[in-house]
Amino acid sequence: MTAYLKLVVKNAFRQKLRTALTMLGIVVAILAFGLLRTVVDAWYAGSEAASATRLVTRNAISLVFSLPLTYYSQIKQVAGVKSVSYANWFGGVYIREKNFFPQFGVQTSTYFDLYPEFVVPPEQMREFLRDRKGAIVGRKLADTYGFKVGDQVTLRGTIFPGNWDFVVRGIYDGATARTDTSQFFFNWEYLNETMKKTAPRRANNVGVYVVGLASPDVAAEVAAAVDATFKNSLAESLTETEQAFQLGFLSMVETIVLAIKVVSFLVIFIIMAVMANTMAMTARERMAEYATLKALGFGPQHLTLFIFGESLFIALLGGAIGVGLSYPVVNWFGGVMGSLFPVFNLKPETIYMQTGAALFVGAVAALFPCLRAARVRIAEGLRHAG
Amino acid sequence: MKSYRRGDQVVPVLIDITFDIAAGDYVALMGPSGSGKSTLLNLIAGIDKPDSGTLHVGGVDITTLGEAELAAWRSRNVGFIFQFYNLMPVLTAFENVELPLLLTDLTARERREHVTAALGMVGLSDRVEHYPSELSGGQQQRVAIARAIITDPTILVADEPTGDLDRTSAEDILKMMDRLNRELGKTIIMVTHDPHAAEQARGVRHLEKGELTQ
Repeated sequence: MTAYLKLVVKNAFRQKLRTALTMLGIVVAILAFGLLRTVVDAWYAGSEAASATRLVTRNAISLVFSLPLTYYSQIKQVAGVKSVSYANWFGGVYIREKNFFPQFGVQTSTYFDLYPEFVVPPEQMREFLRDRKGAIVGRKLADTYGFKVGDQVTLRGTIFPGNWDFVVRGIYDGATARTDTSQFFFNWEYLNETMKKTAPRRANNVGVYVVGLASPDVAAEVAAAVDATFKNSLAESLTETEQAFQLGFLSMVETIVLAIKVVSFLVIFIIMAVMANTMAMTARERMAEYATLKALGFGPQHLTLFIFGESLFIALLGGAIGVGLSYPVVNWFGGVMGSLFPVFNLKPETIYMQTGAALFVGAVAALFPCLRAARVRIAEGLRHAG
Repeated sequence: MKSYRRGDQVVPVLIDITFDIAAGDYVALMGPSGSGKSTLLNLIAGIDKPDSGTLHVGGVDITTLGEAELAAWRSRNVGFIFQFYNLMPVLTAFENVELPLLLTDLTARERREHVTAALGMVGLSDRVEHYPSELSGGQQQRVAIARAIITDPTILVADEPTGDLDRTSAEDILKMMDRLNRELGKTIIMVTHDPHAAEQARGVRHLEKGELTQ
């Protein structure tokens, strides 16, 4: 077997430039595939990190409409509800428009209990609760903009006009790598008090209620019960699991995500065609050698082993380099994207897919050359010699 | 009977040939281009099949063998010497000679011993690690001869073995083939255009338009 392996490896590097270019193509394709799959995963990261014991209640008409604060106590009384909190999307601008990151005004006393994946040091949390203008920012966000505890951050409101000053009182870390640490939380009371003064009609309204459940098994009943409570009111509610809520956002960009998915597979298809062409050329050039090997007593199974081996060797080596390069490239790309993709990690599943794609490319590319070599008549093949 | 198809036309290459070679004989096949001598050689070597008729080699009717059986039979009984040597360019002289042994049950150590002996026999002990591109034509043909005899076959088929060589190298190769016939008792069938090469054989058969003339 060692001798066969040696022949496979030596054959693979016989045309060094051709093999190098083919391998480069595979490296780029596998890298691009991994990057695009990671982008797709990043879109779904929010929904995948969603908790099964949290429901989100929003206005049934649309997310842009709010719900009255008075619903808070009514939701708390629904059977199966363990805790309730609320939040408002703020939509402020930090210095420039391009500095996008999610900002929420939240009920400080309850919100972080519902999100144990946001890990805040206790002393920072105490400071945050004490300061009405306090803010807690995620680690990724703090790293991106250099926020430190005690820093003053001013956001220019777009939904809520004016300049809003905050003081960073804490930095939260994610309990897992999939936790979004690119968010900015502040005290909803600060927002509400200001609204009472500047736009009273907008005061005492919340964007969404987050409902904590005693058990995920009661999610459907609780959601139905909450919505039934506000049936035929001026602001009917729509309650869904946190995952469904997140996927609702994704449905708005579903076509883009689908396009990225299609492109990721197209890249693999293209490199498969390139690799198949390389292997076909290789087999055509070596027809006399295959005929000689057959004359010496090697059967079609041996030729298949040589050709498949060579094709898989090139594809897997290229694939391995592509996978290896995926880590730094994904890290770099995630950094460039900043808080646009809060969670941007190369998943093990993506690596399996990359490896599978390289294997697939190698196997398919070898298919026709193998058939051709296996079928070549010795006398005919030997005429190619010389 | 052996014919080839060219488009819609069937071109007969060998017609009603009866050809006997005794074990240990050394026969040269001569004839003009297209006379069918290489085709006859291919049939005897089991790398082509006749349209009709039988081919008994060493008591075996090889026309009845399937592809896999024929391949196994070739690996045991036939050694090939080609005009253009047909060596694997990516393999060293040692590895080229070792190739047929990969189909046997020999261990790596046993293979090494056999290959070393064969390369010594053709006078290439000092070229073991050389690639074909680093060897002269004559040396390459000697590697090919070592590969042909490595499995100790009973028959050696040579298709224009000196056709690509200069006079001196050709002489060397012919001497070597003569030794293989005389000292090791190999049955040799050689196709050649060269009357001088044919003279080295013990018998010469002529083919013309697919028929044996003498």
